[in-house]
Amino acid sequence: MGRITLEAVTKRFGEVEVIPPLNLDIDDGEFVVFVGPSGCGKSTLLRLIAGLEDTSGGRILIDGKDATDTPPAKRGLAMVFQSYALYPHMSVRKNIAFPMRMAGVPQDEQDRRITAAAKALNLTDYLDRKPGQLSGGQRQRVAIGRAIVREPAAFLFDEPLSNLDAALRVGMRLEISELHNRLKTTMVYVTHDQVEAMTMADKIVVLRAGFIEQVGSPMDLYRAPKNLFVAGFIGSPKMNLIDGPEAARHGAHTIGIRPEHIAVSPTAGTWQGRVGVSEHLGSDTFFYVEGTGLAETITVRAGGDIDLHHGDTVFLTPDAAQMHRFDDTGARIA
Amino acid sequence: MARASSRRSRIGYTIAAWVVALTLFFPILYTIITSLKTEQEAISGFSLIPSFTLSSFEAVQTQNNYWRPFTNSVILAVGSTILALIVAIPAAWAMAFSPTKHTKNILMWMLSTKMMPAVAVLVPIYLIFLRTGLMDTRIGLTVMLMLINLPIVVWMLYTYFREIPGEILEAARMDGASLKDEILYVLTPMAIPGIASTMLLNVILAWNEAFWTIQLTTTNAAPLSAFIASFSSPQGLFWAKLSAASVMAIAPILIMGWFSQKQLVRGLTFGAVK
Amino acid sequence: MATRQTAGLARLMRAPAIILLLIWMIVPLGMTLYYSFQNYNLLNPAAISWAGWFNYQYFVTDPAFMAAIRNTLVLVLGVLTITVVLGIAIALLIDKPIWGQGIVRILIISPFFVMPPVAALIWKNMIMHPSYGVFADIARFLGLQPVDWFAQYPLTSIVIIVAWQWLPFATLILLTALQSLDGEQMEAAEMDGAGAISRFVHLTLPHMARAITVVILIQTIFLLGIYAEILVTTNGGPGNASTNLTYLIYRAARLNFDIGGAAAGGIIAVILANLVAIFLMRAVGKNLD
Repeated sequence: MGRITLEAVTKRFGEVEVIPPLNLDIDDGEFVVFVGPSGCGKSTLLRLIAGLEDTSGGRILIDGKDATDTPPAKRGLAMVFQSYALYPHMSVRKNIAFPMRMAGVPQDEQDRRITAAAKALNLTDYLDRKPGQLSGGQRQRVAIGRAIVREPAAFLFDEPLSNLDAALRVGMRLEISELHNRLKTTMVYVTHDQVEAMTMADKIVVLRAGFIEQVGSPMDLYRAPKNLFVAGFIGSPKMNLIDGPEAARHGAHTIGIRPEHIAVSPTAGTWQGRVGVSEHLGSDTFFYVEGTGLAETITVRAGGDIDLHHGDTVFLTPDAAQMHRFDDTGARIA
Repeated sequence: MARASSRRSRIGYTIAAWVVALTLFFPILYTIITSLKTEQEAISGFSLIPSFTLSSFEAVQTQNNYWRPFTNSVILAVGSTILALIVAIPAAWAMAFSPTKHTKNILMWMLSTKMMPAVAVLVPIYLIFLRTGLMDTRIGLTVMLMLINLPIVVWMLYTYFREIPGEILEAARMDGASLKDEILYVLTPMAIPGIASTMLLNVILAWNEAFWTIQLTTTNAAPLSAFIASFSSPQGLFWAKLSAASVMAIAPILIMGWFSQKQLVRGLTFGAVK
Repeated sequence: MATRQTAGLARLMRAPAIILLLIWMIVPLGMTLYYSFQNYNLLNPAAISWAGWFNYQYFVTDPAFMAAIRNTLVLVLGVLTITVVLGIAIALLIDKPIWGQGIVRILIISPFFVMPPVAALIWKNMIMHPSYGVFADIARFLGLQPVDWFAQYPLTSIVIIVAWQWLPFATLILLTALQSLDGEQMEAAEMDGAGAISRFVHLTLPHMARAITVVILIQTIFLLGIYAEILVTTNGGPGNASTNLTYLIYRAARLNFDIGGAAAGGIIAVILANLVAIFLMRAVGKNLD
């Protein structure tokens, strides 16, 4: 079981309030991603759950029991750190065994779990190596192995992929998702990368300056961002945001339209502009259209075989049904 | 072409470097050579080939009771180092792993105590030693050497401990390690190399300390630095014997020093250059 | 990381070192300050009386004082110049691909590990002695009159000895800095058409600025306290020709038994050391993060 409830949890560093009173429910077995720009308090929130930081107010419940003042080791949670935090003087086997050794798990049970974890994580051949002799991806797996063998109520991940190169990151993303499908254990995952959030999460928590901006499934957030911040943060390439008379025409302070919701035509359409840079990805093409008078550039997604070049005149037609409208406070107009 | 010219320049650099190195090392080398000469050879003009006699070494030990200052040097250097570590390890540890907003200031202040000229406190220290009976005692001088090197020891340990990532300690805490387990299984093994380097450097510094050892000892607790300084007038020892005494005084530290070049840079620059 | 339990423990662990150093700093300095205002001579210990500023006046107006200040400056600046300039040159040389680099390094670093009294005695007797020293042998070989170094050039001789002791330190630190210089940066500069000299001036020197700063700062602290080298070789003479401030105060305290005078000298030394420290920190502070 791994249900985590935060009730009016607050964190201050001296005078500075980094987390204003915050409420959140994480259900058993859920994969929850905290996402937001750096400094938004997402890592602090995770560390509060882990018990590595003291709360300044409020309660943290784990499976209904108040764990606010429980030391980290007694909360039944396992954490994977950004730097992996492997013990450099211990072999892989000893690293994975360490939490069990601390908990007094019998030796044969330790061996059984190490063997199982090593097999699941492709580490069998590396058990006697020191962390210094492993690649980044392998170190990451050892850190996960060390977390798995504890059979925790929930896993906490603090930006675990940020030290890996792009190709490895995609691979590890899949491995962690697969692990979640297999173990069905609660996972709380912190990242600044909205792609990781979109691809892995059951539930995304978007944070800014300690406030929760929106909580919901990836597609909820994508389809109905509650405010301008979430609209701009979720989705790649970013949503086009347009102010001024064009927005007023739709009865809003700002309108937002995603690149894939704009039709492109060389002959006719609502907005006129010039093709700037175009990025051909094969399946898709992204055009950055200039000179529309609406915004600096409008990003548009079109098919892979469209034939438009730098400097060509182009006409854009937004899909009105897919348009997002926001008022002058940035809140979504329903 | 390119290969040949780079080889030629390498030969040039090698010759130049060896000339510089041998020139700088020459006074030490010549002292070693002279220590292996007879007194007669030693004063009969320049010669790099001694008769390889060990008589000077024997003479220094029998006539001048060399072992007493040698033992004193060992006791003072090792004793003051151990004392300094006992005080400095917890302090450096706390500052590295539980820093407060004053930690930087405390470290700078410790460094500033090193800037106080020793001679400025010569009068009170001398009088205190005189009146409390600490004068010419090993214990008094050990404490003294510990105090003068304490800032360097704290700084050096601090820079080493700082390199142990905080996340590892947090990982240990998450893994259920108590403070005792954390220290025993995680921190100590990771800190030992840094502590060993600090120890080595401090032994070197304490062994070579010459101001306080000369001021605060006469015969009983005098280490090698004070013992050798008492031969400033040539009637004490002759050339070969003086060389033998010098070689014995510097050999242990020279060898230790060769093994601790890297740590030396770090320790003496308070971690500013690594 | 700073949870409530660890903070208290940390305070307890820091305390001994801080308290010891605090005592070590305050008690003797306070006593020095106190004695500096007393008429107190160990030859006549019963007659202690308030002296006002007399000790300071006496110490500062002593002709030996100005000589000592001058000698201290010559000693510090002379050694700093020699060690920094030669240190850079030697560091550049042994950073080149040479055969036997490890041994060369060991030979060059060795003088630093020689304790001051031994270094002084080696130079005094083996190298600079007017009849048996190597310099005298060389002079005779060239048909010249051997130089009596410590009688004719006492301060220069001490500068040479001390520079020999500290040159390895400067070299080692500058070499360490040099080795952390980015090779690609050098190659980029070469592609940009920078010659060897402009690469040295525009890349190498700025890169070493921090290390040079550190060398100057640390050596100055130690050089202000040069003592054993003078004691063993010249005893501060002839006259006051090689007496520095440290040696002058030592002489007042230990040879003239003038506790009050030596204490006043000590306070002056502290003030000067602080001036130097502040001045140095200002001048070179921008190079230290």
